[in-house]
Amino acid sequence: MPESLSFGIDPITAHAWNKDRTKLAISPNSPEVHIYHFQRGEWKLEEILKEHDLKVTGIDWAPNTNRIVTCSADRNAYVWTQSEEKKWKPTLVLLRINRAATCVRWSPLENKFAVGSGARLISVCYFEKENDWWVSKHIKKPIRSTVTCLDWHPNDVLLAAGSTDFKVRVFSAYIKEIEDRPVSTSWGSKMPLGLMMAEFSNSTNGAGGWVHSVNFSSSGDRIAWVGHDSSISVADASKGMAVSVIRTDFLPFLACLWVSENRLIAAGHGCCPMLFEVNETGKVQFAGKLDASLKKESSGVSAMKKFQSLDRQARTETNDTSLGTLHQNAITSVCLHTGNKANATKFSTAGVDGLLAIWDFNNLESAMRGLKFN
Amino acid sequence: MAKNTSSSAFRKIDVDQYNEDNYKEDDCGESQSPPNIEALKTVLRNAPISSRNQMVKDAALNVVMQVLLSVKSSQIEEAVNALDRDHLDILMKYIYRGFETPSEGSSGQLLAWHEKVHAVAGVGCIVRVLTDKKRV
Repeated sequence: MPESLSFGIDPITAHAWNKDRTKLAISPNSPEVHIYHFQRGEWKLEEILKEHDLKVTGIDWAPNTNRIVTCSADRNAYVWTQSEEKKWKPTLVLLRINRAATCVRWSPLENKFAVGSGARLISVCYFEKENDWWVSKHIKKPIRSTVTCLDWHPNDVLLAAGSTDFKVRVFSAYIKEIEDRPVSTSWGSKMPLGLMMAEFSNSTNGAGGWVHSVNFSSSGDRIAWVGHDSSISVADASKGMAVSVIRTDFLPFLACLWVSENRLIAAGHGCCPMLFEVNETGKVQFAGKLDASLKKESSGVSAMKKFQSLDRQARTETNDTSLGTLHQNAITSVCLHTGNKANATKFSTAGVDGLLAIWDFNNLESAMRGLKFN
Repeated sequence: MAKNTSSSAFRKIDVDQYNEDNYKEDDCGESQSPPNIEALKTVLRNAPISSRNQMVKDAALNVVMQVLLSVKSSQIEEAVNALDRDHLDILMKYIYRGFETPSEGSSGQLLAWHEKVHAVAGVGCIVRVLTDKKRV
């Protein structure tokens, strides 16, 4: 049974964990960020970060440097650091964008972060010590519409971006001021800042839907994305950029996450995390629903239920409006909880229903009896 | 008696049209099941999705509608099972387009098609009708 925490009735637009998973930052569909601390067996609200003017659209927590970056529809991003008194202090980052920021991600080495925006560009920001401020560099070409999602390659240089122009692109976000030249990868060898290393269309015949989420696998060779046409795709740079797509029968996914080199989770409007597997030939296949916990009584109406509903809701019908899944509304984000992308044991999902759930693969194994594990 | 034989207008009526057992041309050929399903597969395979010519698309729509409405309700399930996922997506697009311009009894038949396609291809199929830029 997945552990679930309710944060009220407001949708959770973004969430992020600290390094040891004792603290959680969430944004309840407002300009505020709430920091929760797990103390003595329960989650307590520790602090509210109020600096943004408009809705916070993305939060990321750097585990090692313990810095939080938030971005908002007010075209700003703040980097929050914890002072001696344990209070979070914001530093404004000039993104130089004239539209809302949509998503933000720290790089793996936490020396820079990337912000996607409706201004059809990505701002890659790094800290300039001489002037003691965060500087941003732009990646513009050939992005033609809002950038909706970002993910970094483990080499700290390559960045994948999904957009509403139906494309997924891999760019180089190499900042020569703060890092050495990167070694070549399966995506290419020359990586000047802003160079597009690869571009994938979210459909074979040019149609398709907006890209909602993009994710690099732990090796960095594979990239997975989910689109609004209910599809999930995996591209493999080590296999000549071969793409495998499934157009699923489910409602569109909004988030995806690799949990091993061959398995990934996708969750979204269907309110249920789904497991997908990539086989030896590189083909992606549906592996199972991870929310088998709450099966609705298919036996139909029982006398007890009928009287209960009559008593509580003054109605004789017993067709519930509650879903058979843990989440009662769309899941908007999925985060790694325990483990890493090569081998994850727990992941968390947050949704429009204000619920945050932590799913444990060890507990889910019994629900997934019969599936082969690589 | 002389009066009612003076008019010869009765000779101009087509009395055969009032006969129920009349031979109607449409009744042959199309109602056998295999040609219908093959016809459906053919029109879906050749659907002019990439075409920019609206007349071509409208002509294709008419053909598809004819095929869909001629398949008997009991055969719809068999027809749907004979199609692959891509064709089911295209079929669902035609079903929704067919809803846009209803003719007599067409919406009911299309609803039956819709139910069967949805049972096989799920909501994802309907989502793709909404999100796909390439319309039929």
